[in-house]
Amino acid sequence: MSQTGALMGFVHRRRRGAELFLLVLALAVGIGAYAAVGLGVDGEVPVDIVGYGGWLAALVLVAHFTLRFAAPYADPVLLPVVAALNGLGLAVIHRLDLAKEAAGKPHDYAQQQLIWMTLGVALFVGTVALVRDHRVLQRFTYTSGLGAVVLLLLPLVPGLGYRNFGAQIWIRVGPFSFQPGELAKVLLVVAVAGYLVLHRDALALAGRRLLFLDLPRGRDLGPILMMWGLSLGILVFQRDLGSSLLFFGLFLVMLYVATERAGWPVVGLLLFSAGALAAYQLFGHVRNRVNIWLDPMAYIDQTPGSGQLVEGLFGMGWGGLIGRGFGEGRPDRIPVAESDFIIAAIGEELGLTGVMAVLLLYGLIVERALRTALICRDGFGKLVATGLAAVFALQVFVVVGGVTGLIPLTGLTTPFLSYGGSSLVANWVIIALVARISDQARRPPPDLSPEAAGTGDDDATQVVKLR
Amino acid sequence: MNKPIRTVAGFCLLLFVALLVNATYLQYWRAGELAEDPQNRRIVEAAFSRERGAILVGRQAVAESVPSDDKYEFQRVYPRPFQYAPITGAFTYFSQTGLERSQNEVLSGEDSRLFVTRLVDMLSNTEPQGGSVQVTINPAAQQAAFDGLSALPGDVEGSVVALEPSTGKILAMVSLPTYDPNRLASHRLGEVTAAQRELEDAPGQPLLNRATGTRLPPGSVFKLVTAAAAMEEAGYTASSRVPGGASFQLPLTSDESGLIDNEGRSCGGDRIPFTQAMANSCNTTFAKLAIEVGAEGMKEQADAFGFNEQYLDELRQASSVFPADLDEAQLGQTGIGQFEVAATPLQMAMVAAALGNDGSLMTPYLVDKVSSPSLQVLDQTEPRELRQAVSPATARDLTELLVATVDEGTASPAAIPGVPVAGKTGTAQSGLDDVPPYAWFVSYAPADDPQVAVAVMIQKADIPRGEIAGGRLGGPIAKAVMEAVITQ
Repeated sequence: MSQTGALMGFVHRRRRGAELFLLVLALAVGIGAYAAVGLGVDGEVPVDIVGYGGWLAALVLVAHFTLRFAAPYADPVLLPVVAALNGLGLAVIHRLDLAKEAAGKPHDYAQQQLIWMTLGVALFVGTVALVRDHRVLQRFTYTSGLGAVVLLLLPLVPGLGYRNFGAQIWIRVGPFSFQPGELAKVLLVVAVAGYLVLHRDALALAGRRLLFLDLPRGRDLGPILMMWGLSLGILVFQRDLGSSLLFFGLFLVMLYVATERAGWPVVGLLLFSAGALAAYQLFGHVRNRVNIWLDPMAYIDQTPGSGQLVEGLFGMGWGGLIGRGFGEGRPDRIPVAESDFIIAAIGEELGLTGVMAVLLLYGLIVERALRTALICRDGFGKLVATGLAAVFALQVFVVVGGVTGLIPLTGLTTPFLSYGGSSLVANWVIIALVARISDQARRPPPDLSPEAAGTGDDDATQVVKLR
Repeated sequence: MNKPIRTVAGFCLLLFVALLVNATYLQYWRAGELAEDPQNRRIVEAAFSRERGAILVGRQAVAESVPSDDKYEFQRVYPRPFQYAPITGAFTYFSQTGLERSQNEVLSGEDSRLFVTRLVDMLSNTEPQGGSVQVTINPAAQQAAFDGLSALPGDVEGSVVALEPSTGKILAMVSLPTYDPNRLASHRLGEVTAAQRELEDAPGQPLLNRATGTRLPPGSVFKLVTAAAAMEEAGYTASSRVPGGASFQLPLTSDESGLIDNEGRSCGGDRIPFTQAMANSCNTTFAKLAIEVGAEGMKEQADAFGFNEQYLDELRQASSVFPADLDEAQLGQTGIGQFEVAATPLQMAMVAAALGNDGSLMTPYLVDKVSSPSLQVLDQTEPRELRQAVSPATARDLTELLVATVDEGTASPAAIPGVPVAGKTGTAQSGLDDVPPYAWFVSYAPADDPQVAVAVMIQKADIPRGEIAGGRLGGPIAKAVMEAVITQ
């Protein structure tokens, strides 16, 4: 790749000490928020603060030391940002648990979420430790693709999948329920990246020029039409607008980055618009969402109506600039606030300040992932990192935009904040992959000086260790 | 691939900026609009459990918030519920009435005048507290008015209003039947709904503040307005002789309904002294005077006193009515306070107050002071003149007539030994066979330097139809209220 020449002479430092320092700050956010919830709701610091804080700190430190040993050059900002978000999410879920307890319906979502976080960190450690080089994943292009499709189809299997909040995206095994779509998006990124890195030349170079745009060849439209079909299938059969939008948007971004041709997003957007328009005409639930978005107040008392959305808007409005403070708001008025609407609960009790802080943290994750993509030396890594960044950005945009009334509401979880194991675990894996790619990207190139190799610093002869 | 990655980065930046801008719009610019949405239960519940400021009469609270140990942190209580319910109104989960409604911003602490207090509360992390409202009510006068009206037999429907003529301060405002706002302010919302329904369906409309909300024909007390118009427009003075006579067939009529008499009171012949006409409440005189002044002049004078107008900011009020485009027969009826002319008790008190204040009509008001939770006065209402209703000479002449009415005429029950009192009775026909006449009484004292003007209206009491008379029923009540103010 060309940019390695420009970067010659600059060697990334490991910065693990900086990461540790930032992690202490992140823990202060997480544990501090937990204490603030106790103080705000019950008037005292929670009795289990030491055990809780200790567990959180232990998880974060395990992740940190995994990076220190297995990926010493990984981006030092990612883990602290994720730790802060996850800690804040736990505190807010705990806050909602307490509100439900006061109303006589005790829940221990926060505890369950901590268990899921533990599993998430375990998968993070496993991913970083096992995938020593992200390029091995390229071998699993088609396996991943198949896996993603199977996972996406699982909720449609009778007896296994079930419908919740109108969307058929859940499977239940024994006492556990899971959204396979969350893991599918990781596999899909890998599959699409693997496919594109092989076929990008064909997709990029063949085609004809129409006005200002280079339009792709008809035969190359196959994969984009397949993804379009997949997204529409999710929309039609699982009634999951959010995932549908996410998958298609993700695919367009990766296609654009792989081919460097603006024609692809244009074709994709046209297809998306056509699909969206058709869905609006054909499906009542899509039309309903749009109508609610246009005038939420008019649908408060209807089913399906806008009660949840409007309560969220009222809560965020009430929170104002600095929020009511933990325990002073009524986030429990928002139905299932701990899930998609957790940003509204944050807006109510921590205010615009809190919402902005959370959005900036998300922005930071996206920025770090894209930076990783920029400095990554191989096309596959670039595409995976870009894809994962796009997943994050799109998901945050779709869910936060939906909750705050910017776009029609479509159900998606808020990464690392929302209650829900599938999402949390999948996001920890995403961060592990980005950390792995960034470790490869930031690692100083092997010593390829003429004395050592005799052929100069040619990318083609760079030693790549695959196992 | 780096160029498109940078483009994607720019696109992601755009997404995040859109989210940040939208969140700011929602939580900053749109917050106020959302807070005012009636469907926003958060605001309602927060307001309901907030420590509201007190409504004070003198040094005593007639509405205050006390700590409560249930779901809502404070309970609104009304220590003297029946006497003050028409003024305070009720603070319920569902709505507010009376001062609780009009002064809500101060009481809840949201008023801009309380900004500094709110800021301090926010910084010191204490619960925001509302400011208190001091009303102009004189507790002794209020007590006298309430006791006097309640002492009438049966289920009384009526009202008493007292004003300070020089300022427009409302010194007393009583309305019967009344209700207990404590029932409506309860935290047990089911009982509140039941109580609300019960009160809405109750006979006599206890939720209605008759002082400002009930318009009735004022009858003979309207002769004050007719007399003022005659002096202003037709040049009469206190010493003038006015048309008299035992009966008067209204122009354009020929049957009995157009025949006006004086119910046996002595009203002489063709021309009688103005004093006699007023003292004996001569219907013939005032019907003729009204026709002489003309429809336009009568309306101008009535409007100058505040008819067909809203002037009270703090409570809901019905505008008193003086109709336009009257023919001569209707005009004659109107001159004695019948036909379609209708006045609230507050309106008639204002007529008396203007006459007692050299013709200057002051805007009536209830809220004297607004104080911060730390009792620092934030705002004091300055008396405002609504307009000069009559010239000082007319006011002086009319007062002379009204003093004579108390001294030797129909209004004698309001006489206070040693104090010159100006007063006028009224007994208005309801116009309906099954509805008894309404008894009215207006007065002010001391006549040379009035400190109080009173209007008493008795819409219904358990009194035989023939015995209903403004002087006998209303006079003693007015007297008690005036004494309560003067002897302080």
